[in-house]
Amino acid sequence: MSAIQGIDPTARRVPPMGGFNLTVLRIEMRRMMRNRRTIIFALIFPAVMFLVFGSGDQGAEKVGDGNVSAYVMVSMALYGGALIAAATGAGVAVERALGWSRQLRLTPLHPTVYILIKAFVALVMGAVAITAVNVVGLIKGDPQMPTDTWIYCALATMACVMTFAALGVFAGYVVPGENVMQILGPGLALLSFLGGLFIPLSQYSGTVRDIAYWSPMYGVAEVARAPLTHELPWYAIVNAVGWFAIFVLGAAWRMSKDTARV
Amino acid sequence: MTTQNTPAVRLGGVTKDFGRVHAVRGIDLEIEPGEMVAFLGPNGAGKTTTIDMILGLSRPTTGDVEVLGMQPRQAIARGLVAAVMQTGGLLKDLTVRETVQYTASLFADTKPVDEVLESAGITGIADRRVAKCSGGEQQRLRFAMALLSDPALLLLDEPTTGMDVEGRRSFWSAIREDAQQGRSVLFATHYLEEADQYADRIILISNGLVVADGTGSEIKALATGRVVRATLRDADTDTLAAIGGVDTVEVRGEQIYVHAKDSDAVARYLLNETGARDLEIVARGLEDAFLSLTGRTDTDAETGNSQTDDPTTNHETEGALR
Ligand SMILES: Nc1ncnc2c1ncn2[C@@H]1O[C@H](COP(=O)(O)OP(=O)(O)O)[C@@H](O)[C@H]1O
Ligand SMILES: [Mg+2]
Repeated sequence: MSAIQGIDPTARRVPPMGGFNLTVLRIEMRRMMRNRRTIIFALIFPAVMFLVFGSGDQGAEKVGDGNVSAYVMVSMALYGGALIAAATGAGVAVERALGWSRQLRLTPLHPTVYILIKAFVALVMGAVAITAVNVVGLIKGDPQMPTDTWIYCALATMACVMTFAALGVFAGYVVPGENVMQILGPGLALLSFLGGLFIPLSQYSGTVRDIAYWSPMYGVAEVARAPLTHELPWYAIVNAVGWFAIFVLGAAWRMSKDTARV
Repeated sequence: MTTQNTPAVRLGGVTKDFGRVHAVRGIDLEIEPGEMVAFLGPNGAGKTTTIDMILGLSRPTTGDVEVLGMQPRQAIARGLVAAVMQTGGLLKDLTVRETVQYTASLFADTKPVDEVLESAGITGIADRRVAKCSGGEQQRLRFAMALLSDPALLLLDEPTTGMDVEGRRSFWSAIREDAQQGRSVLFATHYLEEADQYADRIILISNGLVVADGTGSEIKALATGRVVRATLRDADTDTLAAIGGVDTVEVRGEQIYVHAKDSDAVARYLLNETGARDLEIVARGLEDAFLSLTGRTDTDAETGNSQTDDPTTNHETEGALR
């Protein structure tokens, strides 16, 4: 006999994988695509930047395995992917502030699984942004590089994008409210200039370049383009790994400090 | 089987401190399966803090909490407990249906989404963005989300805050209809009227303690009587206290406050036999009942009143008492 008419507590099951499922992924993805600002800045803007800077006359110049146009395309894809991943990451703190996280705590969803879902969404959205620029490049026909190089660049970019998902979470907790992206958007654009995504570092003065080597976009940009350029200085790897670690630790630190009512 | 006697909720010596604030100061209680219980108390009494501990959102500083004989998080993971929270947020950029689908996907077993939308009365707005829903519609959405897992225990934290009278009525009738199926329901409120109308049992909470526990009429009896206030110098408190039906006499400067069941007799005495002026008779509200039950002093009384964010509370209390 059950304690409650029609409800037998002992017959209830716990969901597998801490509540991880495809419905949530699908709805989360749809949410991101609904955000007009995200679409414009992460999908359309990088593609336009590529068309402006990557398909001119100098685009045909040789770089590593391919040409300048390919180099610019990879850079712009990284910018779009970073932006959309940061927006996804910032969503964690926004949902926390809105009380949605509290609502989720009334379900079997495990808090770690929630973070994994967000990371996965950031990765997939990053892939969407990267694909958008690559498709434009493919249609335009200017970028030249071997197909496997093309694929390796895209995969390296996807990995690099996760740094900015962590930055998004971190920044979301530091800057309260729903307007984190108003700071992160221009901030990422600035870092992209400094890190050599929009303008080659060789165009800067020595002092600016020395600062650029320490900035978060420099390392990942070198890593993302390495399959094409075959150049990857050791300090670029240190930069990429270092900033990833800093942002992940920062995000974890802010989340654990967050002791107010869930 | 043993589950038959397992209480829906069991709190044993539960306390909760937030730094120096003693939000809950020692609560013992059991709620039986199928009971509809109200947590009644003024703002800051510790209702939300207690509900948070029952839901496993926070841990008691001391004492233990059991839900259907399990740890709260175990019960949540099995979908046995659900709640409509005071501050539970919703994602504005999702539609009503997406919100329910999202929640449903997180449980092992749920009722069909359409069925739940229907019982919460929001089928008609299923494709509307949450941002475009009224406060009452959003509350119904939260109710739908709470029904998904077919919980044995449903917790509602001041669920009708911000709803109009009609919204309240239809929300409660949906809850009542649902509770007929044998679900235990525990709701927090600061309206005596609401507690009295919808609960089988009222647990009165003040300052983090249970100060009374009984049926609606038992609790209402605690809050009966009136307060006669007048301006009177050198009042003869002994004579006043001797009038039939007088509970307490307080003097604050030139003001006297007489709590009495027979306010007419007190007023007659004051106006005929003394120089009292500026006389006023008010129904003794729930706040006063809290005060007399918790034995707080006059200065506390002032803070106690100011904690009530809703100016209609006293008025509604009076309404319920008549
Ligand atoms: N996270 C918190 N930090 C500090 N104090 C808190 C916190 N949550 C609640 N309190 C305090 O605990 C007391 C009880 O609060 P609460 O449970 O919200 O009351 P109720 O729900 O009955 O209005 C109040 O004095 C409140 O200010
Ligand atoms: Mg409360």
